[in-house]
Amino acid sequence: MATFQAGLLYSESHEYIRVEGEFGYIGISDYAQHALGNVVYVDMPEVDDEVTAGEEFGAVESVKAASDLISPVSGTVVEINEALEDEPELLNKDAFGNWIIKVQLSDPSELNNLMDAAKYEAFCAA
Amino acid sequence: MFKFFPQTQEDLQEMLSRVGIDSIDALYAQIPESIRFRDEYKLPSEMSEMEVRDLFAKLGSQNQQLTCFAGYGVYDHYTPAVIPQLLQRSELLTSYTPYQAEISQGTLHYIFEYQSMMAELTGMDISNASMYDGTTATAEAMMMAVAAGKKQNKVLVSKTLNVDTRKVLDTYALHQGIELETIAEKDGVTNLEDLKEKLAAGGVAGVIVQQPNACGIIEDFTGFSDACHDNKALLIINSVAADLAVLKTPGEWGADIAVGDGQSLGIPMQFGGPYVGYMCCTEKLIRKMPGRIVGMTKDNREQRAFVLTLQAREQHIRRQKATSNICSNQSLMALFVTIYCSLMGKQGLKEAAQLSYAGAHYLCNKLLATGHFSLVYDKPFFNEFLVRYDGDIDELFSFYMMNGILPGVKMNDGSLLIAVTEKRTKEEIDRFIEALPLVKGVH
Amino acid sequence: MNNRLYGNLIFELSKEGRKGYSLPKNHFGSYEIPTSMRRSEEAQLPECDELTVVRHYTNLSNNNFGVDTGFYPLGSCTMKYNPKINEEMAALPQFQNLHPHQPSSTVKGALALVKLLEQSLCELTGLAHFTFKPYAGAHGELTGLMTIDSYHRSRGDIARKKVIVPDSAHGTNPASAAVCGLEIIEVKSLADGTVDFEDLQRIVAEQGTEISAMMMTNPNTLGLFETRIPEIAKLIHDCGGLMYYDGANLNPMLGACRPGDMGFDVMHINLHKTFSTPHGGGGPGAGPVGVREGLQEFFPVVSPYYGNFGVMMRAYAYILSLGREHIKEVGPLAVLNANYIKESLKDVYELPIDTICCHEFVFDGLKDKSTGVTTMDVAKRLLDYGYHAPTIYFPLLFHESLMIEPTENESKETLDGFIAVMRQIAEEAKTDPELVKTAPHTTPIGRVDDVLAAKHPITTYKQLVNDNN
Repeated sequence: MATFQAGLLYSESHEYIRVEGEFGYIGISDYAQHALGNVVYVDMPEVDDEVTAGEEFGAVESVKAASDLISPVSGTVVEINEALEDEPELLNKDAFGNWIIKVQLSDPSELNNLMDAAKYEAFCAA
Repeated sequence: MFKFFPQTQEDLQEMLSRVGIDSIDALYAQIPESIRFRDEYKLPSEMSEMEVRDLFAKLGSQNQQLTCFAGYGVYDHYTPAVIPQLLQRSELLTSYTPYQAEISQGTLHYIFEYQSMMAELTGMDISNASMYDGTTATAEAMMMAVAAGKKQNKVLVSKTLNVDTRKVLDTYALHQGIELETIAEKDGVTNLEDLKEKLAAGGVAGVIVQQPNACGIIEDFTGFSDACHDNKALLIINSVAADLAVLKTPGEWGADIAVGDGQSLGIPMQFGGPYVGYMCCTEKLIRKMPGRIVGMTKDNREQRAFVLTLQAREQHIRRQKATSNICSNQSLMALFVTIYCSLMGKQGLKEAAQLSYAGAHYLCNKLLATGHFSLVYDKPFFNEFLVRYDGDIDELFSFYMMNGILPGVKMNDGSLLIAVTEKRTKEEIDRFIEALPLVKGVH
Repeated sequence: MNNRLYGNLIFELSKEGRKGYSLPKNHFGSYEIPTSMRRSEEAQLPECDELTVVRHYTNLSNNNFGVDTGFYPLGSCTMKYNPKINEEMAALPQFQNLHPHQPSSTVKGALALVKLLEQSLCELTGLAHFTFKPYAGAHGELTGLMTIDSYHRSRGDIARKKVIVPDSAHGTNPASAAVCGLEIIEVKSLADGTVDFEDLQRIVAEQGTEISAMMMTNPNTLGLFETRIPEIAKLIHDCGGLMYYDGANLNPMLGACRPGDMGFDVMHINLHKTFSTPHGGGGPGAGPVGVREGLQEFFPVVSPYYGNFGVMMRAYAYILSLGREHIKEVGPLAVLNANYIKESLKDVYELPIDTICCHEFVFDGLKDKSTGVTTMDVAKRLLDYGYHAPTIYFPLLFHESLMIEPTENESKETLDGFIAVMRQIAEEAKTDPELVKTAPHTTPIGRVDDVLAAKHPITTYKQLVNDNN
């Protein structure tokens, strides 16, 4: 069963963001990794790339599906999780423990458009 | 009854009754009568096998069999006897895309070999499972460069690219909204200075050049890859597959994508197809590459096995976000070139290329020695060269045709592009030259 | 197969110094390719004698399954019999040796054949002209959409950039539209898989001036005839759009209904489906595109010559063999065969739409879902019994889609054999589910590890060797 970690914000396209000051760590939810199945590849942007809320910044591939990654916020990529290049299955093992990109937020007010864990859980159940 | 339809009257009755209807016509009850087709098709009456043979023989006799010195992308190479025989193995011929790996190892296995061979020939890391032909593979490479290049939407194409390929590129670019710009030519080869200028203008996702080029000239791509990569553009080299057995490879030139036609690997000309397009690229680009890819894996009995892989890139999963709309590969033709490369092997491919090269240079020298032909460009060429004739080219062309020789491809400017392969014997080439005085009247 | 003896790659059979070819001697004197233009490293191609090569590929073929091997009910692929006379005709040297740039006066027979085939296809589809440039079905779709796009552009109607596609359509339709620079609008399907006409009316009312075309198969993906096709065509035409017919499901329409009469303006035909040319393990096929009078001037240059001419020769040989008398029997017999299987199995397999189908139909897995046996398992178990599996997990409308298309060439005995095995598998699912879940058991290899292949791609022999080191 999928878990829903409190303290994170979620988007309808199943990304989460963990906010720490002016930075945010973006990944896919546990619900999303369950739906995808065995992740075999994570397509990530490069450091210094700009991301925009609601627009794709990469993709996650499983054997039989590919899903675009949609950024929940706008900002600049300051770090990517390089461990996923060799071990994409980390997303299956621990989706919340393995963020995909770290972003410097350009407009923190965008966070207001996201769901908390309880709302997101209800959204997934609907 | 008909030989392809096994249903007897008795079968039909039993089947209809199982379905719960009383006539064949009832199967189509859902089609509105206004659009139901109830006429006779205006087609010939059924033909026996002998009659089909006769008709094709009659049509065939209306084609003139010529000794071929024409090229321009399609070459009259030798086909080993083994290949057509093996291609008729109907377990391979009458199968479809290898979805069920457990009963498709034959197909998957040879595609893996094909990919390995094409990667070797081009000097690139990886290959896809093959494409329709060289022109469409080049168009796919163009789209791949634009997709990989994020916001760049321009592709530069050398003036020395085969016009047949260029026209296909123009078509795809028009509908995709890709901006194509032509890199100027200088003395018959791609002008590097012009390329650099156009790259500097920005927005370029890819650069397409050809080897040997449309005039048969072997181009020197020194500096091309640096110029492209300095501007974040991908270098795409279109090459004649067979020539890569000896020529400097796209990999050695620093190409990101290598494409072209595999027809030169022994595939009969058959009036334009089927041939096979190849596409190879660097490992970095594997997930941007269109088409199918076969990979190695294990089965649940710990045996080595082959399977279609990286399918998440493909149209049946990605739908409108796929890197291409290509569904399948040109599998049987990929098998053709795989067997060709297996038979000819490391030495045979080189030997055939060497023979073509020698024959072409022999013919060229003899033609120049007549004093009636001159090379349009004084550049190194491989097995195809562009000459100008000092008389009436149309007259010369017709004369050769009457003598059973297709002397080359007549270009729009009146020059003649002549190709020689390993299939052209010394007698045939000498006949090409000896026939000449007759038309000039200088005996 | 014998994996131990014949499971090698051709590279693993190579030995330095062996050769499998013979070429004439060089009588031209020494002309050497300059060193500066040569590749520095040799291509590592195999070195094998002729018999080794012949055995290798002959044995590979033994690990494969084709229509000639056995029943191949792969839905939406029309795996009909590929007549041998087609092959003989395509191999005629009088056609094989023609260069595509040969002057037309020397290729009259080949050009006549192109014309004859075009006339036949026009007659069979109710359209006016065909281009043979497209190399395959997907290529045909692209060509057809480009034709439509150019038609709208020529009229200055440049806002028409949207293509309506049923949500049940094959993924290639939206992908082709995207490659053509067009946007997709999905129209909903009703529970029976046919187009939701009300939803279509809504789309046309809202976006009619931007509609380039509507793209459909008929019968649709579920094998059902779209009864409202005349109304759909009128709706699209009235808003200025054109109707595109995806010829993937043309086979059942032979002898029954022509796309041109249904109201379609542009279509492609998969010669490798309806006109019996071999699928060749994935290709080459051919996807000629037909249009109504007046649209032919918008045919794009999507390939240089006459398309896959060799495939066209096979298709014409097929049309001649059947003639007008038998080509009209193709559709009805294919449809009867499909309905016969459907009716014989619907008590044990879930049939979501219980009506007369055309050439194919879709089960949604086994009727008894309590066993845990999936469509994948049924498909794999079929391989044990010597049948190719149907198309599985497509269409996406159902979770456990199992799509069966028998074609007109299969005898009642073959169908009865298949039906018996399908019933047997349903029985096994109850009595011995593990047997089915772990199938296949008798094939050269067992189920493969897809994840390993995708996570760690090894796609060439060189990578394989490096990986072992």
